[in-house]
Amino acid sequence: MRDVAIVSFSQLPSVKAIDAADEPELVQPVTSDAMKQVGLTQDDIGFTCSGSTDYLPGRPFSFVAAVDGLKAWPPIRESHVEMDGAFALYEAWVRLMHGDIDTALVFSFGKSSLGPVPDVLNLQNDPYYVQPLGLDSISAAALQAQAMIDAGKATERDFADVVARNRRNAIDNPNAHIKGDFSIDEMLEEPYISSPLRKSFCPPLSDSAAAIVLAAGDTAKKLAKKPAWIRGIDHRTEPHALGQRDLTASPSAKLAAEKAGVGKGKVDVAELHAPFAHQEIILREAMGLGDEVSINPSGGALAANSLMTAGLIRFGEAAARILSGDANRAVAHTTNGVCLQHNLVAVLEGE
Amino acid sequence: MAEQCAVIGIGQTKHRESRRDLSIPGLVRDAALRALQDADMTWKDIDSIVIGTAPDMFEGVMMPELWLSDALGAAGKPIFRVHTAGSVGGSTAVVASHLVQGGVHEKVLTLAFEKQSEANAMWALSPTIPFQPQLVAGAGGYFAPLIRSYIRRSDAHPDTGCMVAVKDRQHGMLNPNAHLHLNQTLEQVKASPMLWDPIRFSETCPSSDGAVAMVLVSEKHAGRVKNPAWVKGTSVRTERTFFAGRDQVNPAAGKLCAKDVYDEAGIRNPLKEIDCAEVYVPFSWFEPMWLENLGFAEEGEGWKMTMEGKTKIGDEMPWNMSGGVMCTNPIGASGMLRFAEAARQVRGTAERHQVDGAKVALGHAYGGGSQFFAMWIVSSER
Repeated sequence: MRDVAIVSFSQLPSVKAIDAADEPELVQPVTSDAMKQVGLTQDDIGFTCSGSTDYLPGRPFSFVAAVDGLKAWPPIRESHVEMDGAFALYEAWVRLMHGDIDTALVFSFGKSSLGPVPDVLNLQNDPYYVQPLGLDSISAAALQAQAMIDAGKATERDFADVVARNRRNAIDNPNAHIKGDFSIDEMLEEPYISSPLRKSFCPPLSDSAAAIVLAAGDTAKKLAKKPAWIRGIDHRTEPHALGQRDLTASPSAKLAAEKAGVGKGKVDVAELHAPFAHQEIILREAMGLGDEVSINPSGGALAANSLMTAGLIRFGEAAARILSGDANRAVAHTTNGVCLQHNLVAVLEGE
Repeated sequence: MAEQCAVIGIGQTKHRESRRDLSIPGLVRDAALRALQDADMTWKDIDSIVIGTAPDMFEGVMMPELWLSDALGAAGKPIFRVHTAGSVGGSTAVVASHLVQGGVHEKVLTLAFEKQSEANAMWALSPTIPFQPQLVAGAGGYFAPLIRSYIRRSDAHPDTGCMVAVKDRQHGMLNPNAHLHLNQTLEQVKASPMLWDPIRFSETCPSSDGAVAMVLVSEKHAGRVKNPAWVKGTSVRTERTFFAGRDQVNPAAGKLCAKDVYDEAGIRNPLKEIDCAEVYVPFSWFEPMWLENLGFAEEGEGWKMTMEGKTKIGDEMPWNMSGGVMCTNPIGASGMLRFAEAARQVRGTAERHQVDGAKVALGHAYGGGSQFFAMWIVSSER
């Protein structure tokens, strides 16, 4: 396996709505900034890969327009995944294994503000038997949270505790959407949106875009003082139907973490893509991340949640702490699907 | 690259206007099982799955790989979803081959599907986009002006498009999986209604339900079959949409993508060194256009090869032996069907549409408004 590292990261602040910006206008600032940080232009990039979904803008082939935010001339080696940008990073990592190119540009963009996201996400369900029931993403997450409570694995106070810590961490993050000192007692007074989920236990819906530059071997060493080396990366999925899974556990995150080598050393920082508070508890248990690990110093998806981008931002935030020298070993995670069906885990190291 | 990659299993559904007998999971499972059987494998043997399909809106399921995980035995495995417009079937196979070549996985199932009968692709392709004129014409309306431009530039014989339609449908008669089995004469094609001048009804592809799957493995596992197809070159290339320097008739991205795969496979003269090609021709006139774009003919000369019958099975350079997109078009799967047919040819398993002695073949896919290209070269020799 070739050594591949994250050498730069750029994001647009996650906000409720980025008005009057189309795909090229979202993509151009972050891709050009990520390349500029390491002194590259599109001409120096060996492979470009992006992640987005047509169901946010509500039209097919929405990623086609995003290419116009790049200098795709002469024609570039380029691909796209209908998944979070973190999976585009995975494809770019695979592409770099081929050995004929040394750099890759990864980006993603998502405007959650364009439609009713919880209802749109119902379209991820089985179209014959489940979609007609109208199982929106908050109701599905509530089933999972209630299963946690029923199994004695967590209480509502635990959920509130997760939220308070993430949003307190976000105070120092200029790109976070919701931040501050949230009182646990006050959160527990909020009315239920979908029992046992209260408003604060759910993520905000944000607009954002993000980009990362990957480089292999000596090129990475030239581009960054402390590249964030990808020492392991793996993703796994689970059965789709909620009734076929133990919703209080995440065997796919556990397996992906094992394959990525999370347990092979001390973890300083973990950036977990847990949109709902209870999901952080599930993921920590699955990946074996104890109290000594700093979880989501950025504030995580509970503080900034742009669909299709929140996962790539976890990779960027984890890598940023290695690039800056603040951490030596970090875990980055992304999830996809209803109730953590599909999970991607990577281990990043400074040495 | 760390590893050689070989295709050892290929399976596809029978393609029809509507496969009402199969659900979407049933459709993908049918193709996957046939590919596994061909590779002498079971679900347990597969390390990883790479799936591609065209816009999710065609079936109304967002990220359908999540739902299809169960049908594909993916629980506990990685499943990866590619989406690059019409070229997606090709780019999906390319990602799968890179997983093997990069040493990430040894046995990869790759699959592409579309169930067009669940929706109406032409209207799904004609959305109202803010600040842009509405196309309201589907892909044919988009491509017709490009074809007119090609005819003007090359002074092509006006029957060229009809000749391609007749030839591809004759080839399709040899392929039991093809959607259309039409024994058409040149006169019948010419008499069909004009839809988007110069594209007649009989010069367009159908809307199909179908799926195709392949098993790609590293060298260590290639011995499971006696006739693996070795992947000798792969590439994906993309160009911008809005750019005054674009030539949409003979796109730079297509030329560059072809150069990539020829260079990687060590091919200097495609006409001499490639035995046959499966090329994405959704409207008949794209055969001569791509003959030139891919370097099989000089610029302005492609239509002559078609008119002289050189692209028929048994002649100098057979193109679209399976009947191609002109006979079968499950959009998201159409690119991978091209890649799979190229592999079938060099494996010698193309049955009645086999080109005698085919050793090296090109698989090609394109998408969007000719911005996206994916190609591979496969060979019977390692």
